[in-house]
Amino acid sequence: MQYSVGVLLITFLGSLAALGLFLWSMSRGLFGSGEGAGRVIFAQREVGLVEDPAAGTAAAEERLQDVMNRTGHTGEFSVLTPEEADERAHLDASSRLPVLLALGGAVLWLVIASVFGLIASIKLHAPDWWVEQPWLTFGRIRPAHLNAVAYGWCSLAGLGIAIWLYPRLLRTPLVGSRTAAAGVALWFAGTTGGIAAILLGQSAGLEWLEFPWQVDVPLFVGGTLVGVALLRTLAQRRVPHLYVSVWYISAGLLWLPILLIVAKWPGIHFGVQQAAMNWWFGHNVLGLWFTPLGLAAIYYFLPKVLGKPIHSYHLSLVGFWTLAFFYSQVGGHHLIGGPVPGWLVTLSIVQSMMMIVPVVAVGINQHRTAHGHLSAMRHSPTLRFIVLGGMMYTLASIQGSMQSLRVVNTTTHFTHFTVAHAHLGLYGFFSLVMFGAMYFVMPRVLDWEWPYRRLIALHFWLVVGGFAVYFVGLSIGGWLQGMRMLDAARPFMESVTVTRPYLISRSVGGGFMTLGHLVFAVHFAAMMLRRGTRREGATLLRRPDRLTPRSAMPATPEPA
Amino acid sequence: MTGRHGEVGVFKLALGALAIIAFATGALVVLPYFTLHGVEAPAGLEPYTDAELRGRQSYIANGCIYCHSQQPRDPSVAPDMARGWGRPSVPGDYVYDRPHLLGTMRTGPDLFNIAVRQPSRDWHLGHLYQPRAYSPGSIMPAYPYLFERRRGPAVPGEVVVTLPPAFARDGERIVATQEALDLTAYLLSLDRSYPVRTVTP
Repeated sequence: MQYSVGVLLITFLGSLAALGLFLWSMSRGLFGSGEGAGRVIFAQREVGLVEDPAAGTAAAEERLQDVMNRTGHTGEFSVLTPEEADERAHLDASSRLPVLLALGGAVLWLVIASVFGLIASIKLHAPDWWVEQPWLTFGRIRPAHLNAVAYGWCSLAGLGIAIWLYPRLLRTPLVGSRTAAAGVALWFAGTTGGIAAILLGQSAGLEWLEFPWQVDVPLFVGGTLVGVALLRTLAQRRVPHLYVSVWYISAGLLWLPILLIVAKWPGIHFGVQQAAMNWWFGHNVLGLWFTPLGLAAIYYFLPKVLGKPIHSYHLSLVGFWTLAFFYSQVGGHHLIGGPVPGWLVTLSIVQSMMMIVPVVAVGINQHRTAHGHLSAMRHSPTLRFIVLGGMMYTLASIQGSMQSLRVVNTTTHFTHFTVAHAHLGLYGFFSLVMFGAMYFVMPRVLDWEWPYRRLIALHFWLVVGGFAVYFVGLSIGGWLQGMRMLDAARPFMESVTVTRPYLISRSVGGGFMTLGHLVFAVHFAAMMLRRGTRREGATLLRRPDRLTPRSAMPATPEPA
Repeated sequence: MTGRHGEVGVFKLALGALAIIAFATGALVVLPYFTLHGVEAPAGLEPYTDAELRGRQSYIANGCIYCHSQQPRDPSVAPDMARGWGRPSVPGDYVYDRPHLLGTMRTGPDLFNIAVRQPSRDWHLGHLYQPRAYSPGSIMPAYPYLFERRRGPAVPGEVVVTLPPAFARDGERIVATQEALDLTAYLLSLDRSYPVRTVTP
């Protein structure tokens, strides 16, 4: 016990020192440039102009602009010149192929994963339903759901948005569009193989790492190909500053292959050591892959839609480095009370609490940026999803830090409470942000309006309402389950019976979420088939009267 | 000037990102590797037999881990011992476990010592075929695909499941497949009641 306290104190002081060092180097400009970098996502005099291609009509985008003008952020003197608009249209066009492949694949997996999830959920309160087929048993459908969500939906959506963001953030057309497209295709193929393996009973047996290692090879190569295309684009960039979203995406693309190689290398991990590795991976794939991709999207779309630079660029960098440092060590809190070395668990608990630093940094930044303009959410579908997703990020992270405390963890560990928490992060935060980003990106990629605006609203309310039911119910059920389990005077079966109504409510909520995803998928397909009307007016970047020959583009855009 | 500044930024970013992941990997993967590498199996722990290993694969394939943990906790943390789940586990208990199956959920009870609580093969076979025949209120899935329903004269060597009368059907017998027998063999190997030296973490 003395030893544990010592480790706790040392890691705490070490972490504080590291944080201080980062802050100091930041103030000395060692880790990036100042506030100017926050304006790099805007054209020279664009700050003040809103942009949301999902707003629907020119009139709708006009209303969004009105809100911003009224709430003290006027775009009266702002302009996006025809040349700048044309340049941006060229940039958006450069990534069309891989972006469409990735986002299309993501939506396909979203639907499949939702159906898997719903089946798994129902099976927990109807255990004799669909039991004759091995591939449909709970123990296979449930990991198939998780992996289809993580590697199918979330990763492909994140990759698609990252590929689309790079040319815009670097003001450089995507270099190697086909390389990236091949990478996306390989990733899709690898995921398909992995899900098939799980359903056929060939799981590798580790949570978050169920894919057999042979299947991870195409995933690894695919991710690397996308990374190569983005790296080549980065090398040819024409911006003076690297925007924070570039930091997040680049670091994520650097971290993921390392995580995969260390975790999947056959034959080196054993017993309890493998359990520690398992949760080093399980938490880092969230913290160093999905979180950076999600935050990169928020840091771009929130200011871009509002036409207002992020509140504090420095703070966003503090958030980046502290996230990387603290989040990468929290995995051990999944093994509290387990047969692992005490110092490992203690280290992870300390760093879980330190996670409050990056979370507050991101939260304050988002809040200060959107503050006073929340009515803009009414006119911008993108903003609605992104702002809500950002709030869920803060909630999920604070909840995660609390859950790592031994007193809380003892109750919530091994229960459905943890499952609810996982969904707050990967669904409430990440998936909502991806929905918002996709509503913004698709009209730019296809030069086409979202055909049915009401479907966007329907999608929003179905998934938000469904998720509220899912999360609240399952959290209560999980907590009660934990309380019953800790009470030795009660038979174990009571911890099962007490959850049943909440498991049913989870199926109801999950049903609404699935329905929302079907609405989204249908709308997405209609968009791809170019149903509805051609785009018009202000939401169209590349108007015929704005088109200029490519050679007329400014060679180097001026720094803001 | 802008170009050079940017280069330094990219370089520092990559270096910082790599340093951080290296530190975390060192703490959570490499250090446990070295501290746990020399751990030896307790005297009372036998390696798995071939049948048990096949059964372990079946345990993995059918996802038992998503509802059952294999890590009884210390009495100071939770009443796992009072529930009969066994003494707190130690790293040595897992020496033969590849992959590890510690688990993160207890929708059902911990199974690290299930063979101590339920040493009967017949019980396990019947329970796998229909959990609710033995444990009313259970939400564990039934696994009929691990069994065959047969009619007609008995075949020598077949293992017939004896179900409680309310769940048995006339003229039909439930025969365990090899996979069911292997899985049961694995479950019956889960007995860590041998003594271990308690190590202070």
